[in-house]
Amino acid sequence: MSGGTVGTLLEVRDLHTTFSIPAGDVRAVRGVSFDLERGRTLGIVGESGSGKTVLARSIMRLNIGTNVTTTGTATFDGRDVLSLPHAAMQDLWGPEMAMVFQDPMTALNPLVRVGRQLTEHLRHHLGVSKAEADRTAVELLREVRIPEPEARLRAYPHELSGGMRQRVCIAIALACAPSLLFADEPTTALDVTVQHQILNLLGREQADRDMAMVLVTHDLGVVAGRTDETLVMYAGTVVEQAPTRALFADMRHPYSEALLRSIPRTNRPSHTRLAAITGRPPDLIAPPAGCAFSPRCPYAQDRCHEEAPPLAPSGGDASHAFACWTPVGSPEAAESFARNVADGLPSAVAVDLASGGAS
Amino acid sequence: MLPFIAKRIVRLAATLVAVSFLTFLLVNLLPGDAINALIPIDAQQDREFVEQVREEWGLNDPMLVRYARWLGDAATGDFGDSIVTSRTVSDEIFHRLPVTAELMLVTVGLSVLLAVPLGVAAAYREGTRVDQFVSGLSQVFLSIPGFVAGLFLIYVFAMKLGWLPATGWNRLSDGLLDNLKTVILPALSLALIEIAVYTRVVRSDVIGTLQETYVLSARSKGLKDRYILFRHCLRPSSLTLITVVGLNIGSLLGGTVVVEFLFAMPGLGKRLLDAIFQRDFMMVQGITVFIATVYVAVNTLVDLVYMVVDPRIRKAD
Repeated sequence: MSGGTVGTLLEVRDLHTTFSIPAGDVRAVRGVSFDLERGRTLGIVGESGSGKTVLARSIMRLNIGTNVTTTGTATFDGRDVLSLPHAAMQDLWGPEMAMVFQDPMTALNPLVRVGRQLTEHLRHHLGVSKAEADRTAVELLREVRIPEPEARLRAYPHELSGGMRQRVCIAIALACAPSLLFADEPTTALDVTVQHQILNLLGREQADRDMAMVLVTHDLGVVAGRTDETLVMYAGTVVEQAPTRALFADMRHPYSEALLRSIPRTNRPSHTRLAAITGRPPDLIAPPAGCAFSPRCPYAQDRCHEEAPPLAPSGGDASHAFACWTPVGSPEAAESFARNVADGLPSAVAVDLASGGAS
Repeated sequence: MLPFIAKRIVRLAATLVAVSFLTFLLVNLLPGDAINALIPIDAQQDREFVEQVREEWGLNDPMLVRYARWLGDAATGDFGDSIVTSRTVSDEIFHRLPVTAELMLVTVGLSVLLAVPLGVAAAYREGTRVDQFVSGLSQVFLSIPGFVAGLFLIYVFAMKLGWLPATGWNRLSDGLLDNLKTVILPALSLALIEIAVYTRVVRSDVIGTLQETYVLSARSKGLKDRYILFRHCLRPSSLTLITVVGLNIGSLLGGTVVVEFLFAMPGLGKRLLDAIFQRDFMMVQGITVFIATVYVAVNTLVDLVYMVVDPRIRKAD
């Protein structure tokens, strides 16, 4: 591994990913830029179809198929991975970048013993003997808190529980000591009780190994307190980008606010109506002309439907950027919200009802 | 495991009773009379003698009675005697079996060995020229019947090039090379269709497997494509192939009849054909039941192979 322990590890600039299908070009990621420092964590948040998984896979060059085009740059440790030959990528995958997938039921080969899945890349990349690889595998399994690790090497994936399998997947991803780990919705397919354990495990490994991590999730609650920086994505674009602490202290984009509002809370009385986001995500073949969120936004004005707002910081904090004409908390937002409620706009009425019908 | 085998044995027995009864019925419906095989035409003038022979061989009994008698004998391992050669049917079968068994093994082995790499390559390069070439080739192979392929191969390799004998059979004890020389052309003419079918099956299964997340996850570990194809994709993609190989054993056994005839091989298929022409009822009956047994046994074996390939099936049964 080259470079020190400080400095930028990953620099993504104006990344676009498009899938060509018979119905047209699906523009899944539209112009994403961000930096990730070594040993830091980035949360990418958005609902299904917002482009967060495609973004992660684009950076890792794991979108397969001849119909995918990715443009822009993704500079990893000084090299633009988007222009590297396949063979060079194969050397990065494992020792430099690794990924934990959403569903541990499908991410492990059901016909291959856990031991081989844990050691095959270890042996390939590091050229260690089978015995040595097995020893490392046992250590890894112990590290991810799997009981009786020696016996587990001989097990098939179906003999393990979902949480155990995700622990195995994490051990596999960590095996070659990558400097960047992508965790793509690592807890979505798991029981709620297991989710915390897995997230804590990822956090502990990230800190112990001083490894950079990109945590992709649809749950704002997951990134809170677990990431240094957060990127909120909607319809393939970044709508808000800030240090996680700053984001939660002062959420400016209506979509971020809506995401936060749609998390069920245990401290509310039971049967409280959940504030779901009304409407559907936009068509990515022909995205709306203005702000992509405007059709579902309770604060939308005419301008929002016509002109896309740029992603830019406002006020004193240069690190907190958002793309909105009527940011949350602004006088414009309050004004258009009152008008939208009066006009009976579903998105505004739903928010109004959920907050107790104040206006 | 034990209940599994017990279930299979019951099913095997039921299948064999059904097959043997149907064969008995069909052989019985064949035009012609076994008496022609037993007594020369000129001796048939003596009606009394003919009647006596008929009684002796039980030819006058109703069909059901004759079938019951055959079944009873068969249960004790006695499949009767050939009317023509007067050797026992079991003797004839075991005398002829090695030829057909070798032909089948070479055919299936050759087909699988060629079809797996072809199918994997086509799937890996789906939509490219490699894929189009393999698919085109299998289309051609698929549309050539075994006997046509056989005639063509004889023409090219035996008559034009003179590399291999056109007909005949050298036993394995005559030397491996000589033996292979006589088995390769018949096996190849049977294998063409098998290669085509297996290639298609492997191709489509591997294409399906390549979509799996665990293949993506193997890629994300930086493993080489060839390793991923053969160590991660092939096994999950082989279940259909195994099924088809098992099922095709039946049509292959049928195919050997024609091919053994074409290449004048002293195999079971050739013997069956002769027996049909000679109205050698016991022989036809015996060989048919034997083939049915092999078929059912092979497919039971296939179910066992599933368990070897997929650990999840092991648990279920």
